[in-house]
Amino acid sequence: MSLYRTELRRLTKRRFTRYMTLLGLLVLLAVVVGTFLTNHKLDAGAIAQAERQADQQYEQQVRWSEQERAACEAAQAAGTPNDGRYPDDCSMISAPPRESIETSWFLPSTFDFREAFPETLVPFAAILALVGFVIGASFIGAEWSSGGMMNLLLWRPKRLTVLATKLAALLTGMLAVALPAAVAWFAGFWLVATFRGSTEKVTSGVWQSAGLTGLRALLLVLVVSTLGFALASLGRHTAMALGGVVAVAVVGQFGLGILLDMAGVRFPEAWLLPTYALAWMQKKVTLQNWDSCNATVFGECKPETFDITWQHSSVLLAVGVAVVLGSALWMMRRRDIS
Amino acid sequence: MPAVLEIEGLRKTYKSRRRGTRNALDGFNMRVEAGQVHGFLGPNGSGKTTTLRTLLGLIRPDGGRMTILGHEVPDALPVVAGQVGAIVESPQFFPHFTARDTLSLLASAGDVPSNRVDEVLELVGLRERAGERVKTYSLGMKQRLAVASALLKDPKLLILDEPANGLDPGGIREMRTLTRNLAESGMTVVLSSHILGEIQLICDSVTIISLGRRVAFGPVDEVLAQHSSGAVRVRLEAVTDLPAAADALTRSGIRLTGHADHLMLAGVDKPAVVTRLLAEQGLYVSELSPVAVDLESVFLELTATAPVPGQHRQVDQSLKVGGAEQSGATGGGWGA
Repeated sequence: MSLYRTELRRLTKRRFTRYMTLLGLLVLLAVVVGTFLTNHKLDAGAIAQAERQADQQYEQQVRWSEQERAACEAAQAAGTPNDGRYPDDCSMISAPPRESIETSWFLPSTFDFREAFPETLVPFAAILALVGFVIGASFIGAEWSSGGMMNLLLWRPKRLTVLATKLAALLTGMLAVALPAAVAWFAGFWLVATFRGSTEKVTSGVWQSAGLTGLRALLLVLVVSTLGFALASLGRHTAMALGGVVAVAVVGQFGLGILLDMAGVRFPEAWLLPTYALAWMQKKVTLQNWDSCNATVFGECKPETFDITWQHSSVLLAVGVAVVLGSALWMMRRRDIS
Repeated sequence: MPAVLEIEGLRKTYKSRRRGTRNALDGFNMRVEAGQVHGFLGPNGSGKTTTLRTLLGLIRPDGGRMTILGHEVPDALPVVAGQVGAIVESPQFFPHFTARDTLSLLASAGDVPSNRVDEVLELVGLRERAGERVKTYSLGMKQRLAVASALLKDPKLLILDEPANGLDPGGIREMRTLTRNLAESGMTVVLSSHILGEIQLICDSVTIISLGRRVAFGPVDEVLAQHSSGAVRVRLEAVTDLPAAADALTRSGIRLTGHADHLMLAGVDKPAVVTRLLAEQGLYVSELSPVAVDLESVFLELTATAPVPGQHRQVDQSLKVGGAEQSGATGGGWGA
């Protein structure tokens, strides 16, 4: 227990941990503030204003079509060759019907909690996962490269216990940041919806769904933090984790994406990690193959689809953590420390 | 006296496709008795640090047996770790923490009372600089901090690898006094160093390692005596008698070297024999003094690492026990 408390102290004392956490929280705050500033409440005045703008645009369209029809008739009367600019029958030039110009086009952006909030949990998870990854990598990587790990093992010569305790301290620290941040995120967007949008139709089912998505976001943060920690421990340097991510992103994702596209694979996104992260957060991602035709009873072509669900993602995340963390533990046990 | 540290037949082999197989430790033995200050000497790459790392569980041995305070290690390391303080090689600490934070975290991890931190900071002379970040420290200050971290547990066995590295002359003297005081208080100290004069001054006993094997061990005086060459300097009342004296001694089987005003004799067990031989020839001795050897000369002789003019010795070129000089793919030292 003393080692666990010590590692928690060490984690919170590190400047990198503090700065990265602060940076991550500031980015999250900026997202909330940005959303607040770019959204507005839809009151009667705003709707009336939008209707006026729609009317104005309709009138503008009517004036323009009348001008064009007059020009068309003038050209026909003058015998000017029709170069395709006007139809043969000038009466065909008419303004669009009033109802085709929708009032909603002119409404200011508004934040509908029920519709928009679940989507905000994706960037929330992404930002905190990134913070968790680099903090996790640095926490163990700096210990290895500075010789701190060797010092610690002279005091606590149980390698696996030391590594596992460090990981437990990291995850505790991440949870201590991510959990209040999630609560603040919910509260922040509730306020945004209250003052700059709508909180209508937010039923208990909506809360439950949002809560479960938030829970998955927290789990993703912890999983990614663990991966950063384990990769840096495997390479015994922070750069190993960061380099590994760059390699996976450049070679494994961009390169693979291009290759799969060139090879004409049916659902290339099914091989890319971000798809699974998105599926984890959104419960399901439906991929579409536009080079196929599934005919409907109305004779319409629909693309072939392939669903990636959060269950698929959970298997991938579990296997990824098991392989990387298992390797880190095995290497910790086997390799000499010099 | 009971042994605090015992190593028997310790082996560590490094295998590399490119560099072949190298025996960093090749059946190494060592014994340190309680309450001693024990010097652990060896040329660069001879296996000193590998031995200490293996002893402390940082490196997995390929064979041999080790005990600390009567417990087999590495299996029993969790039991004895609280009684062993160690610094291995150059001191390494997280650069952005202060010395106090560094020690406080170690103390906390090892269930050591926090007031011990101030005690050891005082002991190594870092009390007034304890609040500064380690990255601002000089090598000597980091060395002091490393010693402080090793002392934090108030250990029964203290292992110091090059503790005087980077210390100024005053610091070296302080370290010497500290080491002696710790030994007097009952602590056993294993001291690895290349400052052989210091070792000779401080240590009760020594072990000398070369190419992963022990080449000498025992109390310092005994090691010096065993490896003194029996050199004796002889002066006569009349310098003109030196050729006659040299002739008489040579005929008696004594090896000697002539100098302008004296003779240097080698391999003389009993100097009285020389006096008698010369007196029988009517030659009278004015000075007969055994030439004392120091640890440095013994070390250079045993490890065959004395510099030779015009030659550049490589780190693996030292002596293996038995006297055969060795180098090549199966030599020891790499990775030490």
